[in-house]
Amino acid sequence: MVPFDFTYHRPSSIEEAVRLFERLHKQGKTPLYYGGGTEIITLSRLNLAFADAVIDIKHIPECCVLRIEQNELTLGAALSLTSIEEANPFPLLTKTASEVADRTARNQITLGGNVCGQIFYRETVLPLLLADCHVVIAGKDGLKQRSIHEVFQQRMRLEHGEFLVQVKIDLSYVSLPHAHTKRRKQGKVGYPLVTVAAIKKDERLHVAFSGVCPFPFRSKTVEEQLNARHLPIETRISRALQYLPKPILNDTEGSVEYRLFVLMNALSDILIPLEEG
Amino acid sequence: MIKCEILLTVNEESHSIIARQADTLLFVLRNQLGLTGAKPGCLNGDCGACTVLVDKTPIKSCMMLAIEAAEKPITTIEGLCDTPIQRAFIEQFAFQCGYCTPGFLINAYALTKQHPDADDETIQEWLESNICRCTSYQEIEQAVKSVLAKKHEND
Amino acid sequence: MIGKSVIRKEAWDKVTGRAKYTHDYFEVGMLHAKLVTSPYAHARIREIHTEKAGSVPGVRAIVTGEGLPLTGEDLRDRPPIAFDKVRYHGEVVAVVVADTLVQAEKAANLIHVAYEPLPSVGSPREALQEGAPLIHENLANYQKGKYSYPEPGTNIAHRTKIRKGNMEKGWAESDVVIEASFAFAPSDHAALEIRCATAEIRQDGTIVIIASSQAPFMIKRLIGEYFGEDVGKVIVHTPLVGGAYGGKAPVQLELLAYLASKAVGGRKVSVWNTREQDMITSPVHIGMEATVKIGCTADGYIKAAEILFLFDGGAYSDKAIDVTRAAAVDCTGPYHIENVWCDSLCVYTNHPYASPFRSFGHCEQAFAIERTIDLLAEKLNIDKLELRMKNAIRPGHTTPTQVVLNRSNVGNLPACIARLRELIQWDEWQRIEINSRTVRAKGVSCGWKTSTIDTDASSGAILTFNPDGSVNLISGVVEIGTGTKTVLAQILSEKLKMDIDDIHVKMDIDTQTTPEHWKTVSSRGTFMAGRAVLSAADDAIRQLKAIAACVLRASAEDLEVGYGKVFLRDDPSIYVPIKDIVYGYKYPNGNAIGGQLIGRGHYILRHLTPLDKETGAGKPGPEWTVCAHAVEIEFDKRDYTYQIIKAASVIDIGKVLNRRAALGQVMGAMSMGLSFASRETFLFDRYERILNAQLRTYRPIRFGEHPEYMVEFIETPQIDAPYGARGVGEHGLIGMPAALANALSVAAEVPLNELPLFPELIWRTKEGKQYGSI
Repeated sequence: MVPFDFTYHRPSSIEEAVRLFERLHKQGKTPLYYGGGTEIITLSRLNLAFADAVIDIKHIPECCVLRIEQNELTLGAALSLTSIEEANPFPLLTKTASEVADRTARNQITLGGNVCGQIFYRETVLPLLLADCHVVIAGKDGLKQRSIHEVFQQRMRLEHGEFLVQVKIDLSYVSLPHAHTKRRKQGKVGYPLVTVAAIKKDERLHVAFSGVCPFPFRSKTVEEQLNARHLPIETRISRALQYLPKPILNDTEGSVEYRLFVLMNALSDILIPLEEG
Repeated sequence: MIKCEILLTVNEESHSIIARQADTLLFVLRNQLGLTGAKPGCLNGDCGACTVLVDKTPIKSCMMLAIEAAEKPITTIEGLCDTPIQRAFIEQFAFQCGYCTPGFLINAYALTKQHPDADDETIQEWLESNICRCTSYQEIEQAVKSVLAKKHEND
Repeated sequence: MIGKSVIRKEAWDKVTGRAKYTHDYFEVGMLHAKLVTSPYAHARIREIHTEKAGSVPGVRAIVTGEGLPLTGEDLRDRPPIAFDKVRYHGEVVAVVVADTLVQAEKAANLIHVAYEPLPSVGSPREALQEGAPLIHENLANYQKGKYSYPEPGTNIAHRTKIRKGNMEKGWAESDVVIEASFAFAPSDHAALEIRCATAEIRQDGTIVIIASSQAPFMIKRLIGEYFGEDVGKVIVHTPLVGGAYGGKAPVQLELLAYLASKAVGGRKVSVWNTREQDMITSPVHIGMEATVKIGCTADGYIKAAEILFLFDGGAYSDKAIDVTRAAAVDCTGPYHIENVWCDSLCVYTNHPYASPFRSFGHCEQAFAIERTIDLLAEKLNIDKLELRMKNAIRPGHTTPTQVVLNRSNVGNLPACIARLRELIQWDEWQRIEINSRTVRAKGVSCGWKTSTIDTDASSGAILTFNPDGSVNLISGVVEIGTGTKTVLAQILSEKLKMDIDDIHVKMDIDTQTTPEHWKTVSSRGTFMAGRAVLSAADDAIRQLKAIAACVLRASAEDLEVGYGKVFLRDDPSIYVPIKDIVYGYKYPNGNAIGGQLIGRGHYILRHLTPLDKETGAGKPGPEWTVCAHAVEIEFDKRDYTYQIIKAASVIDIGKVLNRRAALGQVMGAMSMGLSFASRETFLFDRYERILNAQLRTYRPIRFGEHPEYMVEFIETPQIDAPYGARGVGEHGLIGMPAALANALSVAAEVPLNELPLFPELIWRTKEGKQYGSI
């Protein structure tokens, strides 16, 4: 139950979507781009989100693309997580996506919605960060392509009126050795205590995290510590933990101390085989 | 209030309804079409009691706007008639209060249709989307597996 | 018919979406209410500004708490809408009534309440400390039931005392004494159907309520009592209920629906919680702190038990008083202990108020008792099942409230323990290391429960007949999912020797036409309503025979009823079909005798007495069901995570009436117990606000997380129960938390005396307290 009214718009092109946003905004409205809608509906119930117009991007062809072409994987932002899992073009992304919420919910949750969401776990961004992907963003000046590292700092830094259209992943990344683990407070469905994803590229580990801090991240300093191969892995992990961004979450999922304990084990579980593999 | 006409095709019947554009599919199914089989359990996408099929895909109807489902085939529990999964739920005592049952059944129905060879992992991946508070889930597991097994017998 | 796995009568309705629950009855013109609730756990209400909200289009009324009578079943301490102050996070402070739910919600968001926060109380022990904030300053002046003993000037709503034997003697005879403390916070029932109610007040003063409730007849009574309405003018309808587990026994939203309807001139108003409100605004599963001290001889015979239960009744006592009393009644667990001291307190805190939760105080107290028994066994170095077997309650023993037991009223716990021992292969191993990280362990527990319900609780049944000779069975038991109405049909089918398909069951309750069944709680449906149905069947049989005696020109004593006929016992070829006499018998010449046949029956519990205030002596319930449980887990010693591999229950059910239904009740209860024990709790901040009132963050067990369930029954008949069957709806739950905690304590090699058993709790307990709390 959405306790306020909005108009629903279904543009069929990027340009139309952007124009709509601008027009609605000029009319004094608060439009939101709308993907799977699960987060908007969830948060509006609790008065944590508001819109008086929603622009559904699921009918924009570019947002629904799943294509491999010229050594590049393109994923539309409006693809549902389960459709990506089933096509499985990027096995690490499949793993990460398949641990988000539950399957029925993932039939609705979109890649773009998860990456750009307010709920701060945004776990599907982890493989994207690891794969140094590029994102295609639509705005009033048309399309632009940027490195994810440029645009995603803790959250997607989209300008007013912009939306995520696609992510583009260099194919050389998708088949790299990888690992993923999601540790929860208890049970198999729910938010993470910690989620860690990693790939090995040119003998270097790329590692990204969710659930540790109130934002997902990949940190150069953390990776440097973890890649200091002259040291035993336990030492590297405990050093890496010193360089985590702040704050470490201390919430209903778990205390700071316990999170770090779980993180330490999670890291050794996925990094040792990856390194040896 | 921002209302509009929405064309819905539910259980192979077309309906034209007037609803708020912000109304969820669940709300419209129940309050406008009288299809109260899909149940409100949390209105937050967490429990699965409101699961329906949209384009043959299980969807939590509390998390989808009615207007999003316009022109797509929708199947609710009322659209299932004497299917093997319904019979199996009865035979295996796979429900008690019955409140989560429509959502569970719709999801299990889609699972058995789309994955007649579903292994334990797939069954769990699908069915962990729904909460049942009365049974132990073992009964539901038996019901689903009995339908999958019969499919194989028929092959 | 008895013992057969008859499918439930409403099965097809439930698999086709046709089954209707309260909120499925939508009516054009019905108004909708939205509850405005407190963001504070304890605060004075300074002002409530409703002007802005009142001007929202469609708003018809805003109801606040001024001038309303206090409510509460045992102690009238609760305003239906908070007035002057709020005592828990989520308490209702106003009700907005509007044409649509969206309008009501918009308006509710515009109500501004000025609060002045007060210091809050977060646990029973905190509430009992000197100088703790008083939650009910006016406790001395509340209207109370004869058997509620509030202690004014404190936060104690009620204290039940059990004094049995001689404690000094008990300690003197004990070679070994063990003492331990236990704790868990309130949690939730989380029935999938959110609580809801509608009310309408007609021009002639008739009040019509539709409610998702386990206690429609109590709603009727209480609306009469609280608001001075003629009880005969209150009609309560209860259709199918989507899960209850005790959480729908209290009367809450119904009162709000009534008040809301009154505020709009009697128009029909629907009050419907959100899930979030359902979790914290409506009553919750009680929390508890406890200390248990047990003394026993060197060879393992328990001689003394000193037990302190501090229940977290929350902000209002309501049904919590009863729950805490029930825990005291069976405080020792199913063990023979001659010297018992127990204080069971219902303590006020600034938490949501408590209601019954499946097992009614028993899974809670069993957690404390059965953990202590395990600790005792470890100290004595005695096998844990052996210790339980040695002390198992048996005929001839007395209960903590000094009821003398016999085979009929207590069944056979030793048989349950013995069967459990085999079932789980206890003697093969109890803890094994699979590898350096993984260990498997088994934990066991026992349980018992009687049903502490009102001493004059009764149940009625009516049978009417159809022209084809089939029967309509009308009972006041609510179909909350337990399948009781189908079991009643089986009982009737057996008694009338009639095909089960010829017995039609009225599923919904209408208090105007349905005979009363006290409340659908406490595993009492089959026993009490079953007895009522048997009595109604006897009544119908007597009438059938009387008419048939005329028709067949035979003495009624020579007749039998069965197979749709009344026939001569020694020559069944001489008979009259039932269908020919249930609406009177018509002779060939047109003359008629007899008339419409209506069977009526009732049952009232016998010889129950209230507990003595000082000693607890008294007979609280008719019979005990005993049970033994086990849980097998696989534990990861490095991560502190675990899987529940197997769960077993052996229950003395008296007699199995419907095998699959009984298994379902037990397995479902076990699942609920394991879910509670492993993951369910409200999490509070330091101001006692709840942080996880959503199913997204409060996460019950899901498909695939379930263990393998093993359930077996022992059948020691309860002589005066229908076909000997004992209540069994709750017993699967009783020992689950304790058995899980016992298994994990063995696996982790550390005593785990808190719930729920999150891996973090085990980690913190094992690694030491230096890490603080969650």
